Amino acid sequence: MSLRRPAKIQPENFEFNSSSLEAANKIVSNYPEGKQQSAVMALLYIAQKQNDNWIPLEAMKYIAKFLNMPYIKVYEVATFYTMYNLSPVGKHFIQVCTTTPCMIRGASKLVEACKEKISKNECELSSDKSCSWMEVECLGACVNAPMMQINDEYYEDLDKEKTIKILDQILRGETPKPGSYRGRINNEPENNRKTLMDFKNA
Amino acid sequence: MLKDQDRIFKNLYNDKGSDVSSSQKRGDWVNTKEIIDKGRDWIINEIKESQLRGRGGAGFPTGLKWSFAPKEVGSRPHYLVINGDESEPGTCKDRDILRFEPHKLIEGCLIASYAVQAHVCYIYIRGEYFVDGQKLQAAIDEAYEKKLIGKNAAETGWDLDIYIHYGAGAYICGEETALLESIEGKKGQPRLKPPFPALIGLYGCPTIINNVETIAVVPTILRKGGKWFASLGREKNTGTKIFCISGNVNTPCNVEEEMNIPLKELIEVHAGGVVGGWDNLQAVIPGGSSMPLIPKEKCESLTMDFDSLTAEKSGLGTAGIVVINKDQDIIKCMARIARFYKHESCGQCTPCREGSGWMWRMLERMAKGDATKDEVDMLGDVTNQIAGHTICAFGEGSSWPVQGLLRHFKKEIIERNNLDPIVQKKNNIPYLVDQHLLDKKNA
Repeated sequence: MSLRRPAKIQPENFEFNSSSLEAANKIVSNYPEGKQQSAVMALLYIAQKQNDNWIPLEAMKYIAKFLNMPYIKVYEVATFYTMYNLSPVGKHFIQVCTTTPCMIRGASKLVEACKEKISKNECELSSDKSCSWMEVECLGACVNAPMMQINDEYYEDLDKEKTIKILDQILRGETPKPGSYRGRINNEPENNRKTLMDFKNA
Repeated sequence: MLKDQDRIFKNLYNDKGSDVSSSQKRGDWVNTKEIIDKGRDWIINEIKESQLRGRGGAGFPTGLKWSFAPKEVGSRPHYLVINGDESEPGTCKDRDILRFEPHKLIEGCLIASYAVQAHVCYIYIRGEYFVDGQKLQAAIDEAYEKKLIGKNAAETGWDLDIYIHYGAGAYICGEETALLESIEGKKGQPRLKPPFPALIGLYGCPTIINNVETIAVVPTILRKGGKWFASLGREKNTGTKIFCISGNVNTPCNVEEEMNIPLKELIEVHAGGVVGGWDNLQAVIPGGSSMPLIPKEKCESLTMDFDSLTAEKSGLGTAGIVVINKDQDIIKCMARIARFYKHESCGQCTPCREGSGWMWRMLERMAKGDATKDEVDMLGDVTNQIAGHTICAFGEGSSWPVQGLLRHFKKEIIERNNLDPIVQKKNNIPYLVDQHLLDKKNA
């Protein structure tokens, strides 16, 4: 299991803003009547997005009231799933996959780049407090290894140099282009495709 | 090599776009009404005849699973749930279906929902695939707009609503009952079986759960006939499968191929060969990280299907092939997989929660050469204490790769770890000090 603890410094209160509220009501309507608890995972995402990438305890209490369920059940869910950040991670949250398929293609180089550019330890905010990085388990893009995720987007087919370039862009406040950094647009064998040749278009 | 006309996922490489009109050119949504008009018995029989087995890892016959759903809808509604929580290291096939072939999946959902009499379908997608999930949502919205789903879907008279539910980074939610718990808004901890979800599943109602790839191949099977699908591959291991080849190969890729294809052909022809040549191959993980690895000698003649891999004491799993060459430290690779399982254990059953951490820590020490000889057997013992003693198959999934390592690479581990069992102080390994042995010296 992974160890997860809420942050020590917590904001006083939390409330959905109007766009979050609209999104939350739409999600709740996806589930049968009386089963609104199903929406808790999506609502935690909405809270996380609204609150700069992390979920304070007050947001869990707010969601518990919103869905008419016990606070402890929301707390359980928020601490069980690893994609809910329980402490501030910065506006840009970088997750480097280091599971075996990425590891054997050089994921440790990506970790080195993060250590040089962002912070010495994982889950530690950079000096300008805009981003942090973390080693995570398989992100499911093994054919594009090594890769990393920044907020919602995947950055694939990386090496140390390309990672440093991406991190520099982020630290300058730019948004780097997501996707493959070897120019792949799909998961075909590079320059070695032997199937579906009639369908291939120029 | 499989002929192109027999490939199901013609847009696997996104050559022609994934919207409704380009999907229709490839044959999707063309005669959905005709298929459904033939009735649910015909659909289920055709799937049974095709001998389609689930593509999510366990390989359970799909037609049989559908026939478990109650024949009459009682007071409780039926649900169809699609498992897109693809988290097995080495696997990335569902992602390509979600982003490049979403209409195969959506049409499959309609047909499967009709077959098991469900009016609501939930597609569970892992939270990390948010962007790909958005692409699927766009496809669902387009299908609603063209009246392919919703009320009287595709003029079949069947009503169907499809919703996406995002996970949040828990590997265990790929287990079907943990997935149901997660949709219900709880921690993803597996339930005891029986009762099986086909009778008591989501919200206590009959629920059929299938993998994304399983559902996505259904419309094509029904169009071309179960016999056509059964003619590919071999008996009980029929049809085509998307293989993901990653690791130390020259061109890592996803490719759809016939079942029972030789592993060597997959690696040499499609993946451009092993980095450093075939002789530089060390081992292959054939079906995602939870399947035991296979050493080079056996890779020469190995064919990729459920039964032939079971005969090698491994499994096809999700068909995520991870190639490991001789430049890698095999013990370190397996220690990293053990760390993955330690991180992802849900913590419900003690043997798995504690044992996965033990395996990881022992393997990390073995990779460094800090273990004693008899610990190698002790590690084997730990794996046996986990496998088969847990609620779900995670126990097997976490201990099989370690057992595979011990089966094929025991010599390498022992060579590296030859400390004396009676620990000498110079090694300074405090947790190994057997107090009474030290006392004896003074006695």
